[in-house]
Amino acid sequence: MTATMEPEVGKGRLRKEDARLIAGRTRWTDNITLPGMVHLAVLRSTAAHAKIVNIDTSAAKEMPGVIAVYTGDDLDPEGAIGMPCAWPITPDMKSPRRPVLAQGKVNFAGEGVAVVVARSAGEAEDALAEIDVDYEDLPVVLGLENALAEDAPLVHEELGTNRNALWKFDSGEAGSGGDVEQAINEAEVVLKRRFRQQRLVPAFMEPRSCVVDPTAPQLTMWSATQIPHILKTMSALTLGIPEHKIRVIAPDVGGGFGGKIAVLPEEIMSLLVAQKLGRPVKWTESRSETMAAAHHGRDQIQDLTIAAKRDGTVTGLKVELMADMGAYLGLVGPGVPILGAFMFNAIYKIPAYHFACTNVFTNTTLTDAYRGAGRPEATFGIERMMDELAAELGMDPMELREKNWIKHDEFPYTTVSTLTYDSGNYEAATEKAMQLFDYEGLRREQAERRERNDPVQLGIGISTFTEMCGLAPSRVLGSLDYGAGGWEHAAIRMLPTGKVEVITGSSAHGQGHETAWSQIVSDQLGVPFEDIEVLHGDTQSSHKGLDTYGSRSLAVGGIAVVKAAEKVIEKAKKIAAHMMECSEDDLEFSGGKFTVKGTDKSTGIGDVAFAAFMAHDLPDGVEPSLDSEAVYDPENFSFPHGTHLCAAEVDTETGRVRLRKYVCVDDVGKVVNPIIVEGQMHGGLAQGIAQALFEEAVFDESGTLTSGTFADYLLPSAADLPSFTTDRTETPSTTNPLGVKGVGEAGTIASTPAVVNAVVDAVRHFGVNDIEMPLSPMRVWKAVHSGEKAAGGPGAEAGGGLGSIDATHGGAQ
Amino acid sequence: MRITVTVDGTTYTDDVEPRTLLVHYLREQVGKVGTVVGCDTSNCGACTVHLDGHSVKSCSVLAVQADGCEVTTIEGLARDGQLHPVQQAFHDNHALQCGFCTPGMIMQSIDLLADNPSPDEQAVREGLEGNLCRCTGYQNIVRAVRDAADHMRPGAGPEAERVAGDAGSRAASSVGGGGE
Ligand code: FES
Ligand code: FES
Repeated sequence: MTATMEPEVGKGRLRKEDARLIAGRTRWTDNITLPGMVHLAVLRSTAAHAKIVNIDTSAAKEMPGVIAVYTGDDLDPEGAIGMPCAWPITPDMKSPRRPVLAQGKVNFAGEGVAVVVARSAGEAEDALAEIDVDYEDLPVVLGLENALAEDAPLVHEELGTNRNALWKFDSGEAGSGGDVEQAINEAEVVLKRRFRQQRLVPAFMEPRSCVVDPTAPQLTMWSATQIPHILKTMSALTLGIPEHKIRVIAPDVGGGFGGKIAVLPEEIMSLLVAQKLGRPVKWTESRSETMAAAHHGRDQIQDLTIAAKRDGTVTGLKVELMADMGAYLGLVGPGVPILGAFMFNAIYKIPAYHFACTNVFTNTTLTDAYRGAGRPEATFGIERMMDELAAELGMDPMELREKNWIKHDEFPYTTVSTLTYDSGNYEAATEKAMQLFDYEGLRREQAERRERNDPVQLGIGISTFTEMCGLAPSRVLGSLDYGAGGWEHAAIRMLPTGKVEVITGSSAHGQGHETAWSQIVSDQLGVPFEDIEVLHGDTQSSHKGLDTYGSRSLAVGGIAVVKAAEKVIEKAKKIAAHMMECSEDDLEFSGGKFTVKGTDKSTGIGDVAFAAFMAHDLPDGVEPSLDSEAVYDPENFSFPHGTHLCAAEVDTETGRVRLRKYVCVDDVGKVVNPIIVEGQMHGGLAQGIAQALFEEAVFDESGTLTSGTFADYLLPSAADLPSFTTDRTETPSTTNPLGVKGVGEAGTIASTPAVVNAVVDAVRHFGVNDIEMPLSPMRVWKAVHSGEKAAGGPGAEAGGGLGSIDATHGGAQ
Repeated sequence: MRITVTVDGTTYTDDVEPRTLLVHYLREQVGKVGTVVGCDTSNCGACTVHLDGHSVKSCSVLAVQADGCEVTTIEGLARDGQLHPVQQAFHDNHALQCGFCTPGMIMQSIDLLADNPSPDEQAVREGLEGNLCRCTGYQNIVRAVRDAADHMRPGAGPEAERVAGDAGSRAASSVGGGGE
């Protein structure tokens, strides 16, 4: 047994996962083929709001290869099945039933109306055209303010309102701070702004897919999901299937970004159809279906008021949000904007704070978690406000931030929104970022370009962010009425040959858990990295878990792994003491070996595992196994932070934005694998920058998604993005034994305001103080040339973004 | 219609419907599920394979257009257990996360390097414009391609992928939807 001497944690290990992924030896859900399997295709509503007068499936049933066609009424005659929402944010929250397939009425364009079952996917697809649906149009509800208007038509008549819920926090009432109205009344400076968080599509690259095998001993469902465990429990609850009769497998999953945190009507549909037919079924969506039917993210209007003294000291912040839920509530949809309540105060000491969010129904695709979920929206709002306040006061925006942020010697710090930040060092991250960026040099260049009226203006954008992640302490989730806890499970199996299997309730879909967990266990048990296999994503092997989202895997799931390893060592110690005929107290464990203190007598953990397996000679009362499991409930969130700096060139003649330099210094605590961390940063940045510059889900006035393909929805390509300079500071979290914080969402949360601040900074002297996202050349040009305070519009043009109105290279895709 | 196609060195003769896309033929009839479908508008590049040595988006080629051609997929790149230098470089540079875009990215990168054996950053970015990745932010992909270029001089091209003993293939037929 070789002991690994150099610690694995902190090493830039290349990933174990890669071997099969680079060779095409993958197990995507759509790859699965089972004997007798049939294919499902869903007919989707073309109308955003309409009564279904009649559905005629007779012609479709006659089509070649077609086995059956079902409507919502066929699958659920009683109308008893409703898709689950696990986050009732207020006791009086309005929650409409979301059927498996539309029954009586469609509420958004893209909602499933009928399903064809056929021998091949092509035949199922063909038959869709033969289904005749008679719609009677109803008025379409679009836009937050329209939906809330006095005489607005209703998305769900039976609810009597389009208002889903109103959720409030007030520091005066909570006793965590002062009264915001008073702060505003007494302020030397008051600034109000309205910002729009456009709607985005998560756009994971693997379309959703699901295979159900009803012939297996347990009803088995493979799904391209982030949440196999939650999906299992929720499927049982939704359909009344005994939970122990379901097995859910998330095989290779091609990205999620929150977009695969869902219990899909299509999954429930597949379970129902498979059971009806008694044969395996597969449903795989097309990209166009993903765009229209998979949940979207963001979509808020933010009315913000900030109060301050002339010297820049912030005295109060009032946040009033409207958040678009779409037509139904997703699994955690209503809670997403509420997560922002804890993050608008960000890294600043704000003495008085008020947050109110009105969730609203419209006839659009539902919204739910998308990378950052509530926190990017909040970070955008406050970081934009800080820049606006700095401009108002004539202060350097970094100086204003520094004046207000929590100093490194003030931790732990309890914020006005009642979270306790355990650690952080905003000064250190900022200093490093400013150096890497050459802040002073770029400010000089900016002044020169302004001076000489250069057609290409330069702007500098700052975002000093923090976020709460590692969801989450169960008691906090309880206080927010969330429908589950926030713990995570891990188990370790010590195999007779000294190899190790690690079982985790985290469910990776690109994050690299197999590599990172191996590194953690290697250090904990002193077993070589290569001798560790990580099992996940199958409720049969990994029977317990709460899955992967909210940057929780390492900070919660990784700690559960540590706890399980500690238990293994505890168990092994008893046997090792017996083997070496000493007292347990005389043993030391390090590098995979138990050593009798003060002697050179030792035994490896592999030998102990073998002794336990043989069980010929164990101490009395000791079970013949080192296998252990642990469930870890975090005592706090983790609070990564960082300073992001963006330099943007704006061509005032074309409106084109070019990112000249992007520097970020992030503090994600202790790092298990710097290569994986850097990769997470890159990907996060790309998504946050894409929100600022390129992406928007646009509906036309009839409620049709006009950016419903990758030709119209501008997911950036390699040619649209710059190289990033990423670096780190390391302030360990004090609330977990590894000192780690989450990293998955940080880049996305921080980068959007940095980019928008940079662009606004570049053209502020034209009288511009906001441009709506995405900052398309058209919008930027319009802002510059009309000197409009807040340029942009309702976002009528699909694909208006992409800084690629670039005559030399043409369009990006 | 009956077609004969060599896929990753093995020749198959199959009946296909005239409308069958090459990607569906590969996945469903030949079992090459390493090649994936990410969109329905030929934008994502996840389905990229080589047809007679040149990259094509296999969702925009009909199976019948591949009749008589040689197709290389991600599954046919490794030789005698030895990864193709571009595959190796993707691993070495952490150029993948979920890995869904990876087969297409690798196939397109090989094609790019055949055209330009030592591309600068911008050339790589532009050469991969037709391949979308949602996970990596592209930075490590760009790094990987340039790293592979360093390892592959004087250039990997179609020749590097020819199956032994079958080098004399036909010229690229007039098929649509190239990844170039
Ligand atoms: S599947 Fe997207 S380009 Fe072929
Ligand atoms: S690695 Fe996930 S899409 Fe590229």
